Amino acid sequence: MDEKYVFGLTLTVVGMGTTFISIGLLILLTEILKKVLAAKPAKKE
Amino acid sequence: MTVGETFLKALEGLTVGFQMMTPQNVVILIVGIVLIYLAIKKGFEPLLLIPIGFGAILANIPAAHMMDKDVSVVCVETGKLETLDVKVGQVVGVDQTLCRVNVGGVVKDVKASEAGKVIKIISAKPGDQVNVGAEVVLVEKDYRKWGLLRVFHETGISTEVFPCLIFVGIGAMTDFGPLLARPVLLLFGAAGQFGIFLTLLLALSMGFSKLHSVAIGVIGACDGPTAIFVTSRYAPELLAAVSIAAYSYMSMVPILQPPVMRLLTSKKERAIKMTSTGTAVPQAVKIVFPIVVTLVTCLIAPIGAPLMGMLMLGNFLRESGVVGRLVAASQNEIANVVTLLLGLSIGATMDGNVFLTTTTLIIFGLGLIAILLDTAAGVMFGKLMMVLTRGKVNPLIGAAGISAFPMSARVVQAEGQRENPQNFLLMHAMGANTGGQIGSVMAAAVMLSALKTMGVA
Repeated sequence: MDEKYVFGLTLTVVGMGTTFISIGLLILLTEILKKVLAAKPAKKE
Repeated sequence: MTVGETFLKALEGLTVGFQMMTPQNVVILIVGIVLIYLAIKKGFEPLLLIPIGFGAILANIPAAHMMDKDVSVVCVETGKLETLDVKVGQVVGVDQTLCRVNVGGVVKDVKASEAGKVIKIISAKPGDQVNVGAEVVLVEKDYRKWGLLRVFHETGISTEVFPCLIFVGIGAMTDFGPLLARPVLLLFGAAGQFGIFLTLLLALSMGFSKLHSVAIGVIGACDGPTAIFVTSRYAPELLAAVSIAAYSYMSMVPILQPPVMRLLTSKKERAIKMTSTGTAVPQAVKIVFPIVVTLVTCLIAPIGAPLMGMLMLGNFLRESGVVGRLVAASQNEIANVVTLLLGLSIGATMDGNVFLTTTTLIIFGLGLIAILLDTAAGVMFGKLMMVLTRGKVNPLIGAAGISAFPMSARVVQAEGQRENPQNFLLMHAMGANTGGQIGSVMAAAVMLSALKTMGVA
């Protein structure tokens, strides 16, 4: 295959793959943050 | 010299601009006026198109030297090049002899008209014939003598400072609340970037070089500052075409997206109501989120740190709640001043004599395809999510996974309500749209990092 297309396809697979993995990681961390930092109800006197 | 001759000589200087005007300059002057017209009359991205249009006008006024950086020294008589007295990189002063030309047996000096650094020897070697008007040496002038727009361009675009500062403003204006309520919407922000890579492949197949294809593909990020950042770094000669295409198509999102959305979805799918708006988001999460995004994305793709770092800095200022003055400055003064200078600098690169080419037209065409492919990929991903969630996701949301904020989210809301007046997709679309801002920077950053490790850039 032409070297240019190898370059383009590699960049596409690496680019989209890494973007999705990073986004997935961010989703996971955000969900964890929401659980950890969830506002706690005020204690009753 | 008589009074009449002196008078005529003085008038001659006032006609230089008209004499040096080329048809290409005239075309770009008209383009500049059209951009300004579109901004004022049609409301197309006026904050950017007005400075771009005016910058284009200023840069195409001959002899105004608004974008001057270097000056070529020309032969004033025809003869044989006797000696070349300078080398590339040598600093020369005014009136310093650059070369000598033998004119009918008399050797004459060709002298520098400006002080600066020799950056190119244009003429052939000694012994060659040189004609009157032939450029011999290119001298880069001292920066204090550069044209006004050149100073803006070199300090803000070439250094990539302007797009990064714009991102501080965007971050300070963005509320990630709807996204944080349903973090899964971030996935749409990733899917909306397919257009970048599909357009990159298309550009490669059309014969563009690797780096030019990357710059053209980034139009698909639907993100002006990112397009400028990438293009100024890897394909500065395409900067005007890429950035103008990016901003123009961003402003045309309400026109470009609906036909693709309707083509790829059925009426029933477009009418799907999305009920859950997610869970409550504590302020602490909003504060920590920009730090987490910065760390995760910049560790994965460090080369994108200037973009993502500045975007998240702006958002962190906003959510921290303790630096109101900095938030106000980022949203207003910084964003406004930089937008003005950025627009002028981009418009100034539209020199008619180099901008008007078929390449520019092809880039505009590919940019349009990029936006359409982004939308199509987003909607198709929306359909996949619809299937996976058994009809709980409206596929139109996918179209908002691009960076054109908030136009894209509004388009989704309007299209959803066309089919079902009870449908309120705005908050979901806003979440996907802010996800698109993160996704576009992430995709560009990953691409830049990969280019570096692949040894292309």
